[in-house]
Amino acid sequence: MTVLGVSRSFALTRPVRLVERNLLVYRRSFMVIFSGFFEPLFYLFSMGFGVGALIGNVPLDDGRSVPYAVFVAPALLASSAMNGAIYETSNNFFYKLKYAKLYDAIISTPMSLADVAMGEILWALLRGSLYAIGFLAVIGVAGLAGLGLISSPLGLLAFPAAMVVGFGFAGAGMAATTFVRRWQDFDFLQLAIMPMFLFSGTFYPIAAYPAGLQLIIQATPLYRGVHLIRALTTGTPDGLLVLDLVYLIAMGLIGLAITSRRLQKLLLA
Amino acid sequence: MGHAQIVPGSSNDGSVAEKAASGPDSCFGWSEAGQWNPVAAAWARLRPSGPGCGHLNPVAAAWARLRPPERCPAYHPIVLEAAATPESLIHARGLTKRFGAFTAVDGVDFDVAPGEAFGFLGPNGAGKTSTMRMIGTVSPVTAGTLTVFGLNPKRDGPKIRARLGVVPQADTLDPELSVLENLLVYGRYFDLSWGEARRRALELLDFVQLTERSNDKVEPLSGGMKRRLVIARALINEPSLLLLDEPTTGLDPQARHLLWDRLYRLKQRGVTLCLTTHYMDEAEQLCDRLVVMDQARIVAEGSPRQLIERYVSREVLELRFRRDDGEADDDAHIAGRLDGLAERVEQLPDRVLVYTPDGEAVAATAYERGLRPTSVLVRRSTLEDVFLRLTGRSLVE
Repeated sequence: MTVLGVSRSFALTRPVRLVERNLLVYRRSFMVIFSGFFEPLFYLFSMGFGVGALIGNVPLDDGRSVPYAVFVAPALLASSAMNGAIYETSNNFFYKLKYAKLYDAIISTPMSLADVAMGEILWALLRGSLYAIGFLAVIGVAGLAGLGLISSPLGLLAFPAAMVVGFGFAGAGMAATTFVRRWQDFDFLQLAIMPMFLFSGTFYPIAAYPAGLQLIIQATPLYRGVHLIRALTTGTPDGLLVLDLVYLIAMGLIGLAITSRRLQKLLLA
Repeated sequence: MGHAQIVPGSSNDGSVAEKAASGPDSCFGWSEAGQWNPVAAAWARLRPSGPGCGHLNPVAAAWARLRPPERCPAYHPIVLEAAATPESLIHARGLTKRFGAFTAVDGVDFDVAPGEAFGFLGPNGAGKTSTMRMIGTVSPVTAGTLTVFGLNPKRDGPKIRARLGVVPQADTLDPELSVLENLLVYGRYFDLSWGEARRRALELLDFVQLTERSNDKVEPLSGGMKRRLVIARALINEPSLLLLDEPTTGLDPQARHLLWDRLYRLKQRGVTLCLTTHYMDEAEQLCDRLVVMDQARIVAEGSPRQLIERYVSREVLELRFRRDDGEADDDAHIAGRLDGLAERVEQLPDRVLVYTPDGEAVAATAYERGLRPTSVLVRRSTLEDVFLRLTGRSLVE
């Protein structure tokens, strides 16, 4: 299978070398990684339990009503997967590409640029998986405390689902970063991320929008991620899960392909 | 003169028979010149799948012999690849690099043999770095033929890079890792085990005298230390060919000499060095053979000594004169007095250079003819004289 020259990177030995390199770097500054762990938790407590106490129950797609925290928790997991992936593949990736000149050195080794792209995505996923595990652990503890945030055994699949969300955004974020010329350009990226975080059915059902706008929202990647994880944790799977998965995986693969193409253009002149 | 024949034991003007028998340039006795040589033909028949030709069966061999020379596969790029014989680590013919309308490298020919130190000498923008990047498989070849270790950079990039050590012009060290980690991680990129990477890294740090700085970050290191670390990094995969792009540019004399010493030791160990420089002393110190590049082309080729013999005289006499006010015809006056004394006289704003086999004698004659220079210096000519002769004195930018 050849996806625009990405095929070789399906052997993960070489990409993992880059993960090792990043682990060595973060070995000294693992506290930086922790910061990303708390963000979704703070949102969960303030929005889920704080604001949630004022709101009461919220209707799901299948008509059932659930406490607000149950509604918002999966969306926070999806958003955190997105944010983690975007953070790693925007600022960090850009720094390595343009300032640290990391890949300029790597191209003189047997590593290919597809290996580089895949390696950075693996790293973003690894970092994201730490957050997902942490978040899910807190939800689990909340569950033991009688605040059942996950109402279905399908909820166990929330973790791999969060990885899929992370993969989609890591691929897309990295591809976008290869077009960035200076730090200020990242403001445009935030202009795409921030509204998605607020309006993609994260904090309230999209039934609040007129029908036309709903269609647009449903076409955003974060909505698909939220839909995917919420369907699993609340036990309301539908046929659209397939769409979610195909959408996010395709986004990641296309991003990966664009990234290795762009890196070739940028580094192999 | 764009052709630099570099494989030892053969020469540019070698006889047809010698060339034909040497294999790479021949195909079943047909030389490039279009003559048929029976000895080479017999040799080729004995080795039907020899390096000179791609044919594997006698029918094809007979056909090849009947064919006119222009059909000889020696002219075909695929066979030229095969023609990169084991004795030539790098083989380039008509190698060209274009960036849009700009031609950075314009059809250069050269070979680099194992164990030698080969240099690209030239001013900034001559095409040296572009050539090095093509050899290092990090820049696609626009036209012409290039093989490294007999492999095609386009197809076998990773295989070539696995055996190559690269010291790029800019230090591309990993600023987020320590000195030792830079080597370890780089070794991992070459699929070394952690243990092996560590063993080699410690040895290399010792080799480049950086053991004490092992755990320091890279940023505070001096320019010379960074350069040494980049060289150590380039050696982590025990390469048989080391590419160095301006290895000592920007370093102080101590740092340069330490680097030269290390490169010399590597050469002693049998590592082939291929470097670019615009320092003449560096080229003279390090290179067995070199090509002078100017404006994307190779303008001269040979050993430092050969180039000096070919392009300049043995000695240079430098004369300085006091410039008296009102003597506008100074230059013509001086040149007239020196007329016929030397192979070449060059008038510079501050001094006159006289290229001659015997500087002392010319100086004496000049004095007899009434010239009264304020200072006289006789020196051996250097590559710098060759370089300036070939590439001119004006700033090329």
